[in-house]
Amino acid sequence: MDQIEKRTPLFDLHVGLGARMVPFAGYSMPVQYPAGILAEHQHTRARASLFDVSHMGQVALRGDGAAAALERLVPGDVAGLAAGRVRYTLFTNDAGGILDDLMVTNGGDRLFLVVNAARKEHDLTYLRSRLDPRVVVEELADRALLALQGPGAAEALSGLSPEVAAMPFMSARLLEVAGIGCVVTRSGYTGEDGYEISVPAVRAEELARRLLARPGVAPAGLGARDSLRLEAGLCLYGSDIDETTTPVEAGLGWTIGKRRRAEGGFPGADIILRQLKEGPARLRVGLRPDDRAPARAHTQVTDRDGQPIGEVTSGGFGPTVNGPVAMGYVLSPYAAVGTPVRLLVRGTPREGHVAALPFVPHRYATSKGN
Amino acid sequence: MSEIRFTSEHEWVRVENGVGTVGVSDYAQSQLGDVVFVELPAVGSSLNKGAEAAVVESVKAASEIYAPLSGEVVAINDDLVAQPGTVNEDPMEKGWFFKLRLTDPGELATLMDQAGYDEYVKGLA
Repeated sequence: MDQIEKRTPLFDLHVGLGARMVPFAGYSMPVQYPAGILAEHQHTRARASLFDVSHMGQVALRGDGAAAALERLVPGDVAGLAAGRVRYTLFTNDAGGILDDLMVTNGGDRLFLVVNAARKEHDLTYLRSRLDPRVVVEELADRALLALQGPGAAEALSGLSPEVAAMPFMSARLLEVAGIGCVVTRSGYTGEDGYEISVPAVRAEELARRLLARPGVAPAGLGARDSLRLEAGLCLYGSDIDETTTPVEAGLGWTIGKRRRAEGGFPGADIILRQLKEGPARLRVGLRPDDRAPARAHTQVTDRDGQPIGEVTSGGFGPTVNGPVAMGYVLSPYAAVGTPVRLLVRGTPREGHVAALPFVPHRYATSKGN
Repeated sequence: MSEIRFTSEHEWVRVENGVGTVGVSDYAQSQLGDVVFVELPAVGSSLNKGAEAAVVESVKAASEIYAPLSGEVVAINDDLVAQPGTVNEDPMEKGWFFKLRLTDPGELATLMDQAGYDEYVKGLA
C-alpha cells in the first residue's frame, strides 16, 4: 500500500514553481526546482536561496525549570543560554549515542526546539516521558519553517524586516516580517550566513512569495541543502550521527561546555566524558577522493594496504569544491588531515586522503551582525 | 541507414553497420539531474545484453547504465569524463557513452522503437 506523504503549507507553491517532489521523512518535499541542484547550490553560495524546512519539528517547552529539565537529556549548556540566543545540542542515550540533534532557542518564558523531521515523533514522546511533568511540551504543528541562506540573505530579509541586519549569529528575535509575526533566528545548515524563520502555517506561502520576490532570492530544494551542508561539514542525523555514534566520535565535543563537562548529569555522561579525556577509538573526518569518482555513504575506507579502517557516512559531489567530497568515521590513528586512504567504490579501491572540515569555509555573520 | 532503439531502463542504441552507439535518453538525463561523473567500460571488453556497462553519477546518486545489446566495446566517449554535463546538454548526440560491435544483431528486435518508447515514457508520468 502506498504511504500517503504529508504536505507542508508550501506544497502548492513548490508544485507551481515546477519542483520535483519526493518523499522525505514522511513528507512530500521539493528535491529540486527546474534550475537543478548544481545551480541552486551555486546560487546559495553567491546570493540567497529559500528552503522549505517545514517538515522539521518545532517544539516549545514551557514552565519553570524547563532549561534545567532539558539539561537532563542533552549535554549542552541550556541553563546558561541567554534569552534571545540559540544553541546546537544533542539528545544522548545512556550508551553515549545520539538520539537526535537539535537547535535550542531561549525565548524568554519558553524554550523553542527545532528537531529533525524523521525524529519528531520520537523526540516528542521522549520529551513527554522524560521531562519533569511540570514542563509542558507543545508541538508547534501550526507553524511552518523557512530558511533563507546565502551571503545575500541579510540584505534580502532586511527589506521585509530591517531589524534582522543587526542580529548576531545564533541569536533569535520575535519580529514582524512583511507584517507577519515570526520567530527569526540567524542560523542555518549551509555554512553561509542566513536565517530560519518560524511563521504561522496559514501565512507561510504569503511570506515565501514575498521572500522570493526580493532581488537575488531563488528557491532551492533538499538536494542543494544536502550538498551545501556536506561541503560545510555539518552532520546529517541518521547518516553521520545516530545512536551508535557518540558526540566525541562525531567531533561534536565542542557542543559540551565547561560546566557540563565538570558536572555531567546527561545520558551517557560517563562514556562521553571519558572519551573527551582519553580520546575516542574512531573519529568523524573529511575524506577527499583523489580522482573524480564520488564515494557515497557506506563506501568502505581502508588504509593504503587494504586494511579496513572505517566507512563513509555522507558523500557526493561538492559543487563549490568542484569535486567529490565525503565524510565518515576512521580509526583515530588515521584521522590526521592528509592521511592517505583508499575508498572502495563499486569494488574498485580508489586513492583518497583525510581532509579538513569544512570543505568550504563557513561565512557566518560576525558577532556584530556584519 | 541507422535505427534507434530504446530499453525500458532508458538507454538508447543507434545501430550503423553492425556497430551500436549507446547513450541515455532525454527522459533519463532529466530524471538523473546534473551529471557530475561518468565511468565508462574498457575498450575491448565484452558485454552481454543487460550487463552493467557504465556508471553515471548525479549530485544526488549513482546509477548504472546497462548494455542494451551484446557486443564488444570498440570506442568510449572520453569527452564525458572531462565534461560529464554533456549527458544533460545533449544526451542523444554528443552525450553518447560507448560503441558496441554487436555480436547478435537479432537482439535489436527486443528493444522499443521511438514511438514505442515515447508511449512507454508517457505511461511513467
